[in-house]
Amino acid sequence: MSASLAAPPRRRLRLSWSDARLRGLVWQVLILGAVALLIWYLARTTAHNLATRHIATGFAFLDHAAPIPIGETLIDYTPSVSSYGRALLIGVLNTLKISIVGCLLATVLGTLIGIGRLAPNWLLARLCGAYVEGLRDIPLLLQLLFWYGLMQTLPAPRRALHPLAGVFLSNRGLRVPALAWRPGDGWVLAAFGIALLGAFLWARHAARRRDATGRGLPLWPAALLVLGLPAMVAIALGAVPGLDRPALHGFNFQGGLLISPEYAALLIGLVVYAASYIAEIVRSGILSVSTGQWEAAQALGLRRGAVLRLVVLPQALRVVVPPMTSQYLNLVKNSSLAVAIGYQDIVSIANTTLNQTGQAIEGIALIMAVYLTISLSISLFMNWYNVRIALVER
Amino acid sequence: MSEPAILMEHVQKWFGQMHVLRDISLSVETGERVVVCGPSGSGKSTMIRCINRLEEHQKGRIVVDGTELTSDVRALDTIRREVGMVFQSFNLFPHLTILQNCTLAPIRVRRMPKREAEELAMEYLRRVKIPEQAAKYPGQLSGGQQQRVAIARALCMQPKIMLFDEPTSALDPEMIKEVLDTMIGLAETGMTMVCVTHEMGFARQVANRVVFMDRGEVVESGPPAEIFANPATDRLRLFLSQILRGH
Amino acid sequence: MSASHSSSVERAPTLALGAPLSRAAFWLRSRLFATPVSAVVSLALLYLLLRWGWDFFGWAVLHAIWQVPHDAAGLPQTGVCRAAEGVGACWAVVAEKYRFILFGFYPYAQQWRPAICVLLFIGLYAASAQQRFWRRELALIWAVALVLIGALMWGGFAGLPLVADDQWGGLPITLILATFGLAGAFPLAVLAALGRRSRGMPAVRMLCVCYIELIRGVPLISLLFMASVMFPLFLPAGVDIDKLLRAQIAFVLFAGAYLAEVVRAGLQALPKGQSEAADALGLGYWQKTMLIVLPQALRQVIPMLVNTFIGFFKDTSLVLIIGIFDLTTTGRTAIDEPAWQGFGNEIYLLLAAIYFTFCFAMSRTSARLEHLFSRGQRR
Repeated sequence: MSASLAAPPRRRLRLSWSDARLRGLVWQVLILGAVALLIWYLARTTAHNLATRHIATGFAFLDHAAPIPIGETLIDYTPSVSSYGRALLIGVLNTLKISIVGCLLATVLGTLIGIGRLAPNWLLARLCGAYVEGLRDIPLLLQLLFWYGLMQTLPAPRRALHPLAGVFLSNRGLRVPALAWRPGDGWVLAAFGIALLGAFLWARHAARRRDATGRGLPLWPAALLVLGLPAMVAIALGAVPGLDRPALHGFNFQGGLLISPEYAALLIGLVVYAASYIAEIVRSGILSVSTGQWEAAQALGLRRGAVLRLVVLPQALRVVVPPMTSQYLNLVKNSSLAVAIGYQDIVSIANTTLNQTGQAIEGIALIMAVYLTISLSISLFMNWYNVRIALVER
Repeated sequence: MSEPAILMEHVQKWFGQMHVLRDISLSVETGERVVVCGPSGSGKSTMIRCINRLEEHQKGRIVVDGTELTSDVRALDTIRREVGMVFQSFNLFPHLTILQNCTLAPIRVRRMPKREAEELAMEYLRRVKIPEQAAKYPGQLSGGQQQRVAIARALCMQPKIMLFDEPTSALDPEMIKEVLDTMIGLAETGMTMVCVTHEMGFARQVANRVVFMDRGEVVESGPPAEIFANPATDRLRLFLSQILRGH
Repeated sequence: MSASHSSSVERAPTLALGAPLSRAAFWLRSRLFATPVSAVVSLALLYLLLRWGWDFFGWAVLHAIWQVPHDAAGLPQTGVCRAAEGVGACWAVVAEKYRFILFGFYPYAQQWRPAICVLLFIGLYAASAQQRFWRRELALIWAVALVLIGALMWGGFAGLPLVADDQWGGLPITLILATFGLAGAFPLAVLAALGRRSRGMPAVRMLCVCYIELIRGVPLISLLFMASVMFPLFLPAGVDIDKLLRAQIAFVLFAGAYLAEVVRAGLQALPKGQSEAADALGLGYWQKTMLIVLPQALRQVIPMLVNTFIGFFKDTSLVLIIGIFDLTTTGRTAIDEPAWQGFGNEIYLLLAAIYFTFCFAMSRTSARLEHLFSRGQRR
């Protein structure tokens, strides 16, 4: 095959305006040059402005003590002692905390509503439809303000709502009992881990056995194991896991787990809003699976649940993943509206930082970097997942 | 013994206000091969889909293999296990391989061990002459191949009755033959078959009986040679002339 | 490849046999009480709906306070409302504050001007939604209308007093940010989309990809912060752009990136043959783009453009965070006054109703166009 050895003739660049490649090259140089010039100009002006206003540049401020009071922290933090860097890290963690929980809950709620919209029951379908239409057409920020306003109309801690034992709902947030850590709890936790492992092995054994004999094993022993083993260990040790119950001290509650009104309002707002979009995605995903698939599976004798699980959902998933990705990205970006109701996410803390240090450029660059990283990570993960489940076509 | 495989008595069905099946009575004996033909919209697909309750009939009685079709779920399960169906548009599951398409129902419905189901599937894939495609996905196969897989998939449930709903209508001309050959092979094994098709050659070759439907009712039925040679009604004569001109 | 008959596996039993069921009874049975589960769901939903609906009706109408007395100094006495808090709505806050919510700090006597602007905007939207107006003239109409709106808002001619834009507020600001944002973003979006698809110029493509992905990767708030605190640093001493314009620029940049992806989807959906046919006719790049490719690609994505615009319309509310007086901000400010504090829900309902009216009308338009297009295509 001598032909394959010979490389195609390389086109030589002609120095003539009629040469398309040269034209392209010139255009690119011109456009890039203009952009570079603009950036250079802006940078020079900015540097000049910063110098005349005596604003520092660089990220040295990250090590300085941050006098920012932060209400919700996942890691230790003391205002005016801990650094700006740590404060910003808390902001990032808070953003992740709301985003991850928000994505999970929005998916659940959205899926339920999406399926509800397809229900044969007219009233249910209509109500789900009204939910989708109504919430999509009202700005999220307005919804957040509403939810936050609602939180604030709750009674003060002294007259807190008390729906269940140990649960207190007041304008300071929702207090629920938390598991208190006691010495014996390490063993209970270990037992839980072992039980999980056991349940996993049982499930695998059941699947193998179904492959081999056609009959699977019931899964309730696994559930029993997961719940029972830790309980038995706890009782054996006499260390029934203690509950840290919230109690009223003075004007506020102490102890237990606190879900702040800001977090609650933001979470409810984000979930309720995103669910209205996710519902539509789920609905169109299910509708995208043709009725022929239902019929074929039913004709083979599969029951409705099995058809949904084995045939319809796996196919709907493929249609659903790309738009779902952009909804997750939207939810993460929308979590930045936290700043409007005082939940201290990265935007809120970076905003305070830039107001205190005056270093606007660095502050905004940090916000953007954080979101770009999160966006990119989600995109990469979802792309990977999408490729993994993609249909094989010819 | 003398009980027919499929018995339809005075079956009626409406879509909204439209009367699509008018008093259909039909009985198919075990081992019999019936071809149903008729102009489009004559209710022949609806009729065949009533047999495994993809459509519900509203009046009359349908008894399949001794079990009457009612809203009882268990009766429906039994019937769907015994009745295989092949669709016009194949309806293979695009997210499963050919082999998985074939083993899904045997494993999940018949509770067959996986290995056994796979051996069975391979046997049927060999019978429809595409065992080498087992690991591929439906999207990678031609239409004719897909339809043959669909036949194998239905056979894997080892049904007593096979229903074909225009199995060659969605195929390119050069692929029709391979599917018809598969169906002829199946007929030779003595399978009870009800087949909606316009392939008159196929009807001539394998059918014991041809049923001609028009406007929701059975107009004529009889052995193919007789019915094609001496159509008793104008409607069948018109239909045959259109079909033959088309081919 | 579709089955010749529509499936009725899931279909409820149909009206058959001329059964003596009346239409309504049949409908109820098949749509609400088909199965025991369905019946229970229906009854539960009906109960909740009636109960909550009645509660809401009681709050919003029966026990609502529509007006409050004023004291000698002209200040509203909200005691009645306070007494009714939680029982009845205080619509008096709306009666009292609606002018401020709609028009912000615009001089009271001149508020007919922004009112006319709002009507102009609505007229512009309504005209743009009509297919028969989709001609080149539409661009001209837009240009004239936008100039007219700017002139009316600012004034300073024909005896109209000048109103600086820091006095503007309310609904006109929301409409201005959204509409001018779209008008400015659109050309930018088309250029970015074309650049992202240009094969011959990798550097330009990279530039466009960076712009689009960077903007789409960060929240709008960060861009608004940039506009409010970073833009001033970019400008040489003595040059100052006011806040509204800076926010507007941020919106244009933001909308440009999202619209670019919409336009790109349209370009991608266009069959290759169109572009090849234009090449074969000997058209140059710009001729081909302006005469053949863009008109078809844009037409295709009009429903998507409308949906994106609905998003911007809602997103304009974010300027609350940088203190520009759009509809959301004026609404929130209205209840900052001590007398009216705590009546947020009434105001939020009003704002929600306004936003909803605009967005719902647009989303219906988008759905209608989509339907129209898909029908046209099938033919």
